[in-house]
Amino acid sequence: MNGAARISLSAGMRLQWEAAQSAYVMLYPEGMIKLNGPAGEILSRCDGRTLDALIADLQQAFPSADLTADVITFLEEANTKGWLRTTEGEDDG
Amino acid sequence: MASVESQVTPAADATPIPLWLLAEVTYRCPLQCAYCSNPIAFARYRNELETDEWLSVLDQARAMGAVQLGISGGEPLLRKDLETIVGHARELGFYSNLLTSGVGLDEARLGELKRAGLDHIQISFQADSSGPSDEIAGGHHFSTKERMAQAIKAHDYPMVFNVVMHRRNLDRVDSILQLAWDLGADYVELANTQYHGWAYHNRAALMPTREQIRRAEAITQRWREKAGNRMQIYFVGSDYYDETAKPCMNGWGTTFLGVAPDGRAMPCHGAAELPIELPSVRDERLQAIWEDSHAFNVFRGHDWQPEPCRSCELLHSCHGGCRCQALLLAGDAWATDPVCPKSPLHEQVVREVDAADERKNEFPLVMRTVKNSRSLS
Repeated sequence: MNGAARISLSAGMRLQWEAAQSAYVMLYPEGMIKLNGPAGEILSRCDGRTLDALIADLQQAFPSADLTADVITFLEEANTKGWLRTTEGEDDG
Repeated sequence: MASVESQVTPAADATPIPLWLLAEVTYRCPLQCAYCSNPIAFARYRNELETDEWLSVLDQARAMGAVQLGISGGEPLLRKDLETIVGHARELGFYSNLLTSGVGLDEARLGELKRAGLDHIQISFQADSSGPSDEIAGGHHFSTKERMAQAIKAHDYPMVFNVVMHRRNLDRVDSILQLAWDLGADYVELANTQYHGWAYHNRAALMPTREQIRRAEAITQRWREKAGNRMQIYFVGSDYYDETAKPCMNGWGTTFLGVAPDGRAMPCHGAAELPIELPSVRDERLQAIWEDSHAFNVFRGHDWQPEPCRSCELLHSCHGGCRCQALLLAGDAWATDPVCPKSPLHEQVVREVDAADERKNEFPLVMRTVKNSRSLS
């Protein structure tokens, strides 16, 4: 997953805020995963933007944390679980 | 840092939310599957909820926090207002799942359902080819199902291919998986029959041998290795054979809320056949039903549990097994599910399975027809 890769959620998966559960949840056929704060913050930004843009936006929202490594680890796990769709980008770096 | 919690289970100390709403919009069905878990008395359900009544159910459930909606039956496609119900569900923010035989579907309807915002479609198959499929389901619907399965994919839905497995089709599992593969199924669910409703009535005909299940599992495992990520295969065992009681609804009155075609609210799929009064959405608000009704409280929590469940280390994950099964097998909906090896009546289940092993003559199927429903109830 390079910095220019565009990341979105897999077809059939939907992320939404559920007030009744005070949490983001991932919805998929006949199932639901309740997300904790960080997971919700990351996945809600998986809307087709590049990995670099995602990290930059998160860093801006949470300036006191150094979160690049954690975010990449999380996204790689989510990808392994089949939650994400990624398109490879041209990496300038 | 960022980890996720598991699936549709509530926190132990929270007020339970009915996260999963099952709308059984009709018990009418063009198929006659002998393994159906609908009540034997389905032909008595004449007084179906109207469209606006279903929309009100959706409104009320969503307001309580329900988020997964199953639309089922009978055959939900028989409701002309299905697209209206789906559209309203989408507006409310439900994730909608249509559980269908595919009979009554066509390209036009599929397009409308997609535009209405339907999220997911599960299509049932009964066998790998028309002969055995017609024997199990009645009629001649196999080629419709094949066409509709492909159409579902063409409309950008994942194709979820569901087959109820039993004595008459377990030996065909290789061809069934081949069919799913050839049609491009993304997910296959091979669900061994649960013995409720019509399936319980037909259990002598439907219960497989232990060897049939073992062979089918081995073939399924070889397919999994072949199919990899392209086709995910789930094999759901039968609790009679696995000797592990299934945790009823993840805990009675904690997660699941069903509404029958006539508006009766059900804490579990089989609740209409339990000796408890079911409240109706026509008479009461859903929140009052969920929180205060006898039906939703009678088996909620663990205070009502008998021994050996009360002292069992699995109490909070098993919940004493299935109430409907306790009624069917022990004659007592409050009893420990006899499927559990700790039940004093467990031998009864073992004997049923032994009988299936030894059975030489094939029992005829009593098909799920209105005529049979009337004469049996």
